[in-house]
Amino acid sequence: MDNYAIEMRNITKRFPSPGGVDVVAVNDVSLRINDGEFFSLLGPSGCGKTTSLRMIAGFELPSAGEILIHGKVMGPTPPFKRPVNTVFQHYALFPHMSVGENVGFGLEMKGVSRPEIRRRVGEALAMVRLSGMENRKPKQLSGGQQQRVAVARALINRPEVLLLDEPLGALDLKLRKEMQLELKTLQREVGITFIYVTHDQEEALTMSDRIAVMNSGVALQVGTPADIYEHPEDRFVADFIGESNFLSGRVLEQDGDTVKVELDGGLQVSAQAGRPLERGQVVNLAIRPEKMNLTAAREGDNCFTCRVEEIIYIGTDTNYRLRLAGGQSVRVRAQNSLPSSQIQSRVGDEVRVSFLPEAARALVE
Amino acid sequence: MQITRGITSPFERLRAWLERRLLSVQDLARRYRSLQLAGLLGPGVFWLVVFFNLPLAIVLFISLVERGRAGGIRSPAVFTLESYAQFFDPLYLGIFWSSVRIATLVTLGCILVGYPMAYFISQRHPRWRDALLLLVVIPFWTNFLVRTYALKSALGTDGIINTLLLSSGLLGRPLELMFNEFAVVIGLVYGYLPFAVLPMYASIEKFDFSLMEAAADLGAGTWRAFYRVMLPMTLPGVVAAFVLVFVPVVGAFITPDLLGGGKVEMIGTLINRQFGVARNWPFGSAISFILLLLVLIGVVAYFRSGSEDRRAL
Repeated sequence: MDNYAIEMRNITKRFPSPGGVDVVAVNDVSLRINDGEFFSLLGPSGCGKTTSLRMIAGFELPSAGEILIHGKVMGPTPPFKRPVNTVFQHYALFPHMSVGENVGFGLEMKGVSRPEIRRRVGEALAMVRLSGMENRKPKQLSGGQQQRVAVARALINRPEVLLLDEPLGALDLKLRKEMQLELKTLQREVGITFIYVTHDQEEALTMSDRIAVMNSGVALQVGTPADIYEHPEDRFVADFIGESNFLSGRVLEQDGDTVKVELDGGLQVSAQAGRPLERGQVVNLAIRPEKMNLTAAREGDNCFTCRVEEIIYIGTDTNYRLRLAGGQSVRVRAQNSLPSSQIQSRVGDEVRVSFLPEAARALVE
Repeated sequence: MQITRGITSPFERLRAWLERRLLSVQDLARRYRSLQLAGLLGPGVFWLVVFFNLPLAIVLFISLVERGRAGGIRSPAVFTLESYAQFFDPLYLGIFWSSVRIATLVTLGCILVGYPMAYFISQRHPRWRDALLLLVVIPFWTNFLVRTYALKSALGTDGIINTLLLSSGLLGRPLELMFNEFAVVIGLVYGYLPFAVLPMYASIEKFDFSLMEAAADLGAGTWRAFYRVMLPMTLPGVVAAFVLVFVPVVGAFITPDLLGGGKVEMIGTLINRQFGVARNWPFGSAISFILLLLVLIGVVAYFRSGSEDRRAL
C-alpha cells in the first residue's frame, strides 16, 4: 500500500443554506499527505481549510469523494473510531475535570488501567512542560498552558495523525512565536503526522514541511514553503503569501520556461512561466518587492527607468513606490545593509530598477 | 495690593457660607437617599410582612393550640404539641411517604421528558427556539383546573385514549387510567413539565457543544460523551428542575384530588381536608409546618452543595 498518512480523493463538501442553494465549502480537493509530515492548510477564513480538517476528523462527512487514513477508506466512520486526534481552536478542555482527567480522558475511554493512565498522563504532561499540574482545573491555567494541555490530551492517545485547528489563534504574538517552535520541536520528537490549519502565512512558512494554499474551497497549490513563496502558480497564492507586485501585459514569445512579455505601456521584460502560454495571451507578472533592485546599471534587459513616488524607511529596509514608464507602479524593498545606509534618492527623482527573469512569474488569470 | 490676614474678606465669608450650605445639602441628600430606599423597599416589605410573614405566624400559632369543636381553634387558646405528635401516627406517615414517592416519580418523569425537549429546543435555529419555548410556556396561561379537567376527558373510561384503543380493536375493555396513582403522576408531570424544561434549557443552551466533539475525538461514543461531559456540565439545570418540580408537587392537592378521585391521598389533600371536612385546623397547620421545614432543609442542602461545587471550580 502507498505510504500516505492521509489521502483526500476528490473531496467535495456542500452545506445546505437557508436560501435553498447549497454552499460549496470544499470543492473537489485532492491531497496526499506523507507520513511524519508537518502539513499546513493555509488560507483566509471561509476557504474550506477547517471543513477539510473536520472531514478528516469525522465531524463532517464529505458530500463526494473519499478520505483514506494510512490506506484505509474512512467512509462514514464516526470520530471516536478514527485513529486521529484533534487540538481544537479554543482547546475544548472539559472545564469540570482536572488537567489530569482531561489528559487521561482518551485512555479512560480505551479502558486503560488507572495506574497506567496516571503514569502516561505524567509523561504527557512532562512532554509539554506541565509536570505536577494534574490537579489544577483548566480555568486556573493561562492560555498557553491550556493550549499545551490540549496538545497533551490529543498526543497521549498516540494518534496516527494529529489535527490542529488554528491552535495558536487565541494567543498573543510573543507566546504564539514560542509555541510555534515548541510545536515544531514536539512534532519532530514524536514523529507523528501533523495537519495544521492556519490563516497566518508566516506561521505556515515557519512550521511546515509542506503547505496547501486554499481559497474558495479549492486547493490552489501544494508545495514546500520555499516552493510556494518562490514559484507561486496562482495570483491568489502570490498575493496571499508575502507581498507581490503584479504587472499586466501580453505574451510576445515563449522559449521553454522563459517568456517575453510586453507590459501595458510598451516595456518589454523577460519572465518565467510554469506552463505553455500562447502568443498574445494576457498574463500578470508577479514580482516580490525584495527581488527588485535599485541599480546604477544602464537601461536594458529587465532594467527600467522609473520615477520615485514614495519612500518609507522602516529600519531594516526601505520601501519605495516607483512608477514605470507604462504607468504601472511597483513597490521595491531595499535592505539597509551598509553600515550607514543612506537614502540617496528623493521623491520625484528618476531611478533605475532591475530584476532577474527568474524573479518574475508569468501567471494566467 | 495686599489683603491682611485675619480679616475675613467677603469672598472668604461667601466660601464658608457655601461650605455650610453644601454640608446641609449633602446631609439632605443622605437623608433623602434613605427616604428613597424606604420608598423603593416599602411596598415589598409591607406586602411580605402583611401577606406572608403574618399569616405564617398565624399558622404557626394555630398549629400549637388545641382545636375548636366546629373548626377554628379553642377559645381561650390552650397550647399543646398534640398536633405535631399526631403526625407521627403510621397512617399519616404513610401518606407522607406516598407523597414523597409520587413527587419523586413526577420529578423524574419531568426530567426524563424535559431534558430531551430542552435539548431539542436548544438545537433549533434561534428563530424557532423562541417559538418553541413559547409553546412550552403557553399552558401556563390556561387555568390549571381547566387543564386538569382536560386530562380527565383524555384519560377517562370513555375518554379519547380508551375510545381510540377500543375502536382500533387493540383492547377488549377500557384501561383504568383514571382515579389512581397513575393518573395523578401523569397529571402532575403534565402540569409541572415547564418548570423542568426551562431551567434545563438554560443550562443546555449555555453548554459548549464543541466539548462533545472533543469527547468523540478522544474515543467516547455518544452515550459515554453524554454521561461524562454533557450531563455533568448541565447538572445545575437538572438539579434546579428537581427542586422546582419536587417542592410544589410534594404539597400538591388539586391534581391528586381531581385525578385521584379521593383514592390517592397526598400531603396536600390531607392538609386541605383538615381545613375542610375534618375541621382540624391545628393539625392542618402542623402538617403544613412540617412540610415547610422538610422542604426548607432540602433546599438549603441543595444550595450548600451547589456553592461547594462552585468553590471547587
